[in-house]
Amino acid sequence: MIGSVSNSTLSSVSSDPRRGVAATPARPLLELDNLSTHYISAQGTRVVRAVDDVSLRINAGETLGIVGESGSGKSTLALSILRVLPPAAQIVSGQVWFEGEDLVRMSDAQMRHVRGKRIAMILQDPMASLNPLFTIGNQVGEPIRVHEGASRAEAWRRARALLKSVHIPSPETRVTQFPHEMSGGMRQRIVGAIGISCEPRLLIADEPTTSLDLTIQAQYLNLLRELQREHGLALIFITHNLGIVAKMCDQLVVMYAGRVVESGPVSRIFNAPAHPYTQALLNSIPRMGDSRQRLTAIEGQPPDLSALPRGCAFAARCPAAFDRCHKEAPPEFNLDGGRTARCWLSSVAMQSGAA
Amino acid sequence: MSMSSEIIVLPPSVTPRAAAIRLGELPMIPLIILATIAFMAIFADVLAPHNPEVGALTARFRPPFWQAGGSMDHILGTDQLGRDVLSRLIFGARVSMVVGFTAVIFAGVVGTALGILAGYLGGWVDQVIMRITDAWLALPALTFAIFLAAIVGPSMWNIVIILGLVYWTRYARVVRGEVLSLKEREFVRLAIVAGCSKLTIMRRHILPNVVNSAIVLATLMLGVVIVTEASLSFLGVGVPPPQPAWGLMLSDGKQGLMVGYWWLTVLPGCCIMLMVLSANLLGDWLRVKLDPQLRQL
Repeated sequence: MIGSVSNSTLSSVSSDPRRGVAATPARPLLELDNLSTHYISAQGTRVVRAVDDVSLRINAGETLGIVGESGSGKSTLALSILRVLPPAAQIVSGQVWFEGEDLVRMSDAQMRHVRGKRIAMILQDPMASLNPLFTIGNQVGEPIRVHEGASRAEAWRRARALLKSVHIPSPETRVTQFPHEMSGGMRQRIVGAIGISCEPRLLIADEPTTSLDLTIQAQYLNLLRELQREHGLALIFITHNLGIVAKMCDQLVVMYAGRVVESGPVSRIFNAPAHPYTQALLNSIPRMGDSRQRLTAIEGQPPDLSALPRGCAFAARCPAAFDRCHKEAPPEFNLDGGRTARCWLSSVAMQSGAA
Repeated sequence: MSMSSEIIVLPPSVTPRAAAIRLGELPMIPLIILATIAFMAIFADVLAPHNPEVGALTARFRPPFWQAGGSMDHILGTDQLGRDVLSRLIFGARVSMVVGFTAVIFAGVVGTALGILAGYLGGWVDQVIMRITDAWLALPALTFAIFLAAIVGPSMWNIVIILGLVYWTRYARVVRGEVLSLKEREFVRLAIVAGCSKLTIMRRHILPNVVNSAIVLATLMLGVVIVTEASLSFLGVGVPPPQPAWGLMLSDGKQGLMVGYWWLTVLPGCCIMLMVLSANLLGDWLRVKLDPQLRQL
């Protein structure tokens, strides 16, 4: 009986591949197992479940998009992977498997060798990511010196090559200049160069294009794709722009209220979203050549993460909600084609499909 | 030669480091004053016409040469013990320079280091350092300095240490504030994400960014420190006599002011004023010069 999916089998489904991976060559590069990160107030009275029971995986060379509205836990998720959370936040449970090691249990010293070397990150505002007092060459070369102990001259030489690879004209002069002498687009590309300076396996880009105008955005996305192809790196792309997801990503994870509500290959989710929230998100994208239809907005507000409802977090805003949704939180259902959805409707669909 | 073959050769792009100091834009007047005082301090032995600590009681209260009774032998007159005022001013420059600069640097290094630690590490480190700072600042600086001087006894190097201990809190306060805003800046986050250790971040990303403020504060503090040194000497707990310090000279000359021996107070007073003023002007220039965004404009 495929239809009778119980809670226990579901949770074992998500952790099974990890134990079985030793034999399979296609082991994911990064795998999050039931990761929860909570913000806990000083007195411990208020707990904000910013990331709640999130499982996802990404293979080498793949691009994973993470979408969701502001406050849905996307950025906290990224910070949890690198363990650079603000003091109030802590990882309360779960594992982060990266190349066979659990990052959650690593020592701080070991973790420092992961950051920047094996997993690099591009921050939300790359425009402000450069230290105004140091030359470009100095900053692009810094991770190389920190992680590989390279000499100043060697770091400088590599910095020049890196600037060239991100299409900065006349890198020889640019390395000696300061951030304020660069245009916004150039600074952005320089931050990209810093990201790939130590040849990481995984690059996390947290809304890297929100502060850019559209032409530069497009250029930058092309650059990221190019870097990804050349260096074979996996890319996690955090955004709330579904257009970018369609252009850039292979896999998609949709987050709502700190949870993954739907995940799977981008084309499948875009063609047939399983979760009503994903459907609503897709309906709220303006479409070319369809000027008569009004844009649909999602009614209501996202829930307070410190006081989540008993049932499904989206139930209050969901057009398809029924009794069970308000009483019981849905588990993650595995659908066909490597998709998952946290929605009771998916369970109904599976039952009818099996019947 | 036709026009087309004339290639416009642009001057090689000047790197900011090379462009940082051009002679023409130096603040000439304060630099000249400070350089003169420094010159006097270094070559005091050669420059001074008389021994600053030994006078002739037969030649007391001689006025400067341009007044009646003055002579070119004592260009700026003599004091109540018949010591040459010019020689004492020249040697006094040495005391003020050494005390001023070393105390400011000592206070600056201690204060900046503690300020960075407090600001960047936060938590109990911050609490401990800042509560000490608060308590320190609650004490009136001069009274505190007198208290310390009374314990350790007066000597020039004791004064340096005392002034350093009294004034480091000013740096700690200012630097901590800067660090608090700096550590939220994106480039510090990027350094964290790039795997830099806390020490590396404090050294490479925080320190260079607070050095500007520390230097500007130091030049302002130079004036305060020199005045405090003078005050301590004036009150008799500073540089011990017969060593010539400007503050001490002021103190010794104050009885003479009412009976017309003006040169005993006005001249060292002018020296203090000029040095403090020059230090402040230089500080302001440095503030602009050290800002990479302002210096290109």
